[in-house]
Amino acid sequence: MSSENGNTGTKRLALIASRGTLDWAYPPFILASAAASMDWEVGIFFTFYGLPLLKKDLDAKVSPLGNPAMPMKMPFGGEGFQKVNWPIPNILMANLPGFENVATGLMKKLFKSKGVASIGELREMCVDLDVKLIACQMTMDVFGFTKEDFIDETEIGGAAAFLSYAGDADVQLFI
Amino acid sequence: MADMKADKVLDCTGLLCPMPVVKTKKALKDLEVGQVLEMVSTDPGSMPDMSAWAKQTGHELVEAKDQGDKFIFFIKKTH
Repeated sequence: MSSENGNTGTKRLALIASRGTLDWAYPPFILASAAASMDWEVGIFFTFYGLPLLKKDLDAKVSPLGNPAMPMKMPFGGEGFQKVNWPIPNILMANLPGFENVATGLMKKLFKSKGVASIGELREMCVDLDVKLIACQMTMDVFGFTKEDFIDETEIGGAAAFLSYAGDADVQLFI
Repeated sequence: MADMKADKVLDCTGLLCPMPVVKTKKALKDLEVGQVLEMVSTDPGSMPDMSAWAKQTGHELVEAKDQGDKFIFFIKKTH
């Protein structure tokens, strides 16, 4: 590869994805697909709450509760209406049944209306671009996941496996 | 400068980061070395992104046109 890309060597990106909500699922998949598109080698280590992002049935949700900087915007209506940031107090979010589902639906719709790919699409891109997807064995044991819960491309590894990969990486990020 | 002739046109209008870069990479797979891809996007971020992408991949960004609401890139496959 190194002679192919016009640089001195292939660059490598090592990511840890530790959060599984819809909003936090974006950064690792965006960075991974962008880096792989630049001919970088990319590996993502999914651990703790990031692990469900490898599930065959991806169902990441977003919670505005305790997420004070998250703008609550509506994906429809006139331009002025769409720019309004709806002030919804935590006490209300915590007690309204189904609020997370509503917020998740709104965010998915908002992202789509702006032209952002879905998490499922981005993950598919990563698979197509040969991004290594590594599931943390320890977290799998703790939360009761088996390899069959995850997409076929998933590899299994532990801290040492990740560190050995990340040790040779040019960029390492914990997300 | 006369308009460049592209061997393939890729429409990325309406798409945001990282899709223009990802789709460009995939589209280039179908071209031969020396052929030119024209990519059209509406995402202002694709201006800096495409120049960084070309630098990293070694493919040649022959031209990047800023038309205000549209950005047009001509990319020559070099390897």
